[in-house]
Amino acid sequence: MPLLAVEGLVKHFPLGGPGEWLDRVRGRAPKAVRAVDGVSFAVEPGETLGLVGESGCGKSTVARLILRLVDPTGGHVRFGDVNLTALAGEPLRRQRRDLQMVFQDPTASLNPRLSVRRAVEEPLRRHSTLRAAERHERAAQVLARVGLGRDLLDRYPHELSGGQRQRVNIARAIATEPRFVVLDEPTSSLDVSLRAKAILLLAELRATLGISYLFISHDLATVKYLAGRVAVMYLGTIVEEAPTAELFARPLHPYTQALLSAVPVPDPDVRRQRVVLAGEVPSPIDIPGGCRLRGRCPLAQPVCAEPVILREVAPAHRVACHLV
Amino acid sequence: MTDLLEVRDLTVHFDTEDGLVEAVDGVTFNVRSGEILGVVGESGSGKSVTALALLRLIRPPGRIVQGAVRFEGTDLVGLSEDEMRAVRGTRIAMVFQSPRTALNPVLPVGRQISRLFELHQGASRAEGRARTIGMLKLVGISEPERRARQYAHQLSGGMCQRVMIAMALATSPRLLLADEPTTGLDVSIAAQILELLRELGRRTGASILLITHDLGVVAEVCDRVAVMHAGQIVEVGAVRTIFARPLHPYTQALVRSIPRIDRDVTMEPIPGTVPSLLAPPPGCRYADRCPRVLDVCRRDRPAPRAAAPDHEVACHAAEVEDATARG
Amino acid sequence: MRWRRLTRNRLSFGALCVILAVTLTSLLAPWVAPYDPDNPDAEATLVSVSMRHPLGTDVYGRDQLSRVIHAGRVDLLVALSATAIALTLGSALGAGAGYRGGWVDQLVMRGVDAVMAFPAFILAMAITAALGNSIANVVAAIAITHVPIYTRLIRGEMLRVRETEYAEAARTVGNRPHQIVLYHLLPNCVPPLVVQATLAMGFAILTVAALSFIGLGIQPPQSEWGQMTAEGAGYVVSGEWWLVLFPGFAIMLTVLAFNLVGDTLRDLLDPRMRGVR
Repeated sequence: MPLLAVEGLVKHFPLGGPGEWLDRVRGRAPKAVRAVDGVSFAVEPGETLGLVGESGCGKSTVARLILRLVDPTGGHVRFGDVNLTALAGEPLRRQRRDLQMVFQDPTASLNPRLSVRRAVEEPLRRHSTLRAAERHERAAQVLARVGLGRDLLDRYPHELSGGQRQRVNIARAIATEPRFVVLDEPTSSLDVSLRAKAILLLAELRATLGISYLFISHDLATVKYLAGRVAVMYLGTIVEEAPTAELFARPLHPYTQALLSAVPVPDPDVRRQRVVLAGEVPSPIDIPGGCRLRGRCPLAQPVCAEPVILREVAPAHRVACHLV
Repeated sequence: MTDLLEVRDLTVHFDTEDGLVEAVDGVTFNVRSGEILGVVGESGSGKSVTALALLRLIRPPGRIVQGAVRFEGTDLVGLSEDEMRAVRGTRIAMVFQSPRTALNPVLPVGRQISRLFELHQGASRAEGRARTIGMLKLVGISEPERRARQYAHQLSGGMCQRVMIAMALATSPRLLLADEPTTGLDVSIAAQILELLRELGRRTGASILLITHDLGVVAEVCDRVAVMHAGQIVEVGAVRTIFARPLHPYTQALVRSIPRIDRDVTMEPIPGTVPSLLAPPPGCRYADRCPRVLDVCRRDRPAPRAAAPDHEVACHAAEVEDATARG
Repeated sequence: MRWRRLTRNRLSFGALCVILAVTLTSLLAPWVAPYDPDNPDAEATLVSVSMRHPLGTDVYGRDQLSRVIHAGRVDLLVALSATAIALTLGSALGAGAGYRGGWVDQLVMRGVDAVMAFPAFILAMAITAALGNSIANVVAAIAITHVPIYTRLIRGEMLRVRETEYAEAARTVGNRPHQIVLYHLLPNCVPPLVVQATLAMGFAILTVAALSFIGLGIQPPQSEWGQMTAEGAGYVVSGEWWLVLFPGFAIMLTVLAFNLVGDTLRDLLDPRMRGVR
């Protein structure tokens, strides 16, 4: 049984305002920002699934839906054998012991008025019955695991460097030894030289603590390093999903191909064929019918006006494209 | 023929509450006509400060302590503020990171560009408007008339950056300084912007100084590259040469520390941390992090030395190894 | 280290010293004042500034210096109580409105609008006139007129911090809603609150003084700066300038100090100021 299963997840943000009221009165479906529009995937215990896509594709919203920071408009999130979407209040809160998140901006996700100790001890306070002294010791241990010394316990976030802040974030997320951690662009705010250290740390923690990850990022190279399987999102849906090596070696969806060809490679002798998509990403309010890439895709055919589904075209390799 | 830009021994210090920060130390490099020079390094390496210093935009508590910045033969460091103003935005232009915040939020973007034409070239309103539309087309913005009337917050990040580039190129500068122009942009948009910069550089003959922390960007668009560490240039040369045979330990470490999508490599983080620029060590600033450090490294700052045609490196270890090889 | 932090804004630090001085003097009034403020001295009526009476005496021969010192206690006490009450009540309302939103927010804000529709001083006058002249009623009147300030402030701050990533993180970590508000959100709303409270203290003192000046609120035999100023005003024409000047000056100095101290207090409470960057 997968550790985390997301089924048909949908999140629409209504636009509100007089326009919405008018639409309702006229019996029309009100316009909304269709941030996530039918996403399904599963993560097995011990696995790392990478979720990639550009800004506006909905990947951060998916993260928040899983953590129930935002309530879905439709679909389910199953964690183990628990239906997270059906929970509320205290039972939901208790699940958080095993399901944690590392946020993107290491500075914004730490309360500036709380010391490192307070920040890292908090999950232990809320989910365990350890006494103060035991908690204190545990916090120091967790910090050591992420490579930070005890002397930082009494510091405040502004006294730490960006890399240290991110480590504190990671420490806070693993303090209760959760089974699953959602990583929302954990290295994007870090300087390029710190990224390697952070990625290696995440890999090490995975090995020693047996945590499963959902690794969300727009940095394809990092995802390639850390994830066993990758799902590519575009305009609120998954367009391709495959084991990492397979996806990078044989991307089948035109969007994936375009994305991969756009990543700059630190080798001046490599000249790749750039797959160019015309125009810009359409607004998630006015999503074209049929295949969402239609209108930008260099291979578009009349059949692309038909709705497209994610189907398996090779072992463990799913694509949402009519032409594959 | 003299190069377009010749920077000699540029040094910038900041007088802060905690002491003197030696942000840029003896930086020397050239930018040739029509080329794209990349300046790459971690944050804190001094790349942005260098660019600001070129345009004399360093404000107290920072100041240019010494050095010469010869642009088209004239030393910019010696110019008065009025003379400098005539250079900024007309002969040398700058494009910044975070384009949306760099644009004026209360003026339509078209107006921001047309004002440049009115100010620097004495164009009339109508002329300015027409040329603005032309610039917007040049930078690849579709429906330029409609876009010109829009405000910064109505445009996407990529489009804002195109507007910034349009503003920078409006006055046909000879040199364009681009400070992390694609950081924060989506991968495909970033690729488009880089392509645009390269194309426009070629078309107008302008040179570009491209500051970035991304080696991939350097490999993709730059002709030559200068690698900076802790305020100093450690290696500079043609991109092909540097990537094929990086000589400075820092450059080598940098290349090894990035994950890649084109091959499966083990990533090695760069050991140690950037030294504090408050009281920098007397010798080589990379000494504490360097796997090949020698005694001389801690005493004497290595001087830049030509290791190959169009390849200079400032490293004692590299020099020793080179001598032994030739030995 | 801490000294450097405190003296960053010298004016503000000076103001803090003034407030501390005024507060200490008021607290220790019985020991600091040279004479008993209520003790008349028929042989020293209307004496001007002199060695024996540095601030002169009034028509009953009471030493003005002692009176000013004792009167300060009333002003400070009233201002402090009113501000404390308004701050607590206003913050609670504002926090609830900002965090919950919806109808709670609407209800609270319309209430705030209603109170703010009245000019603050007129409202204070009306309440005091209705309830009667006593210290408690003056405190209540001022508190009521000040509540909206804090409500709006905290509500605005709450709207801001509610959207921060650390607020989200507080939720993922397992905090219950009231824990998020209490431990994460409210503490981050405090800095502007401190500055506002000090400004409000200044206004409170002015209000007390003004009310007594026009005959509402604190009345003799209770001495209070505003009331003393009103008394002294009647003697200006006949040349006894010290009766109106010194209480008036006391009001001015204290209010000014409160207006200027806000910056220093806020910096003191900010953990970010540790290690002065």
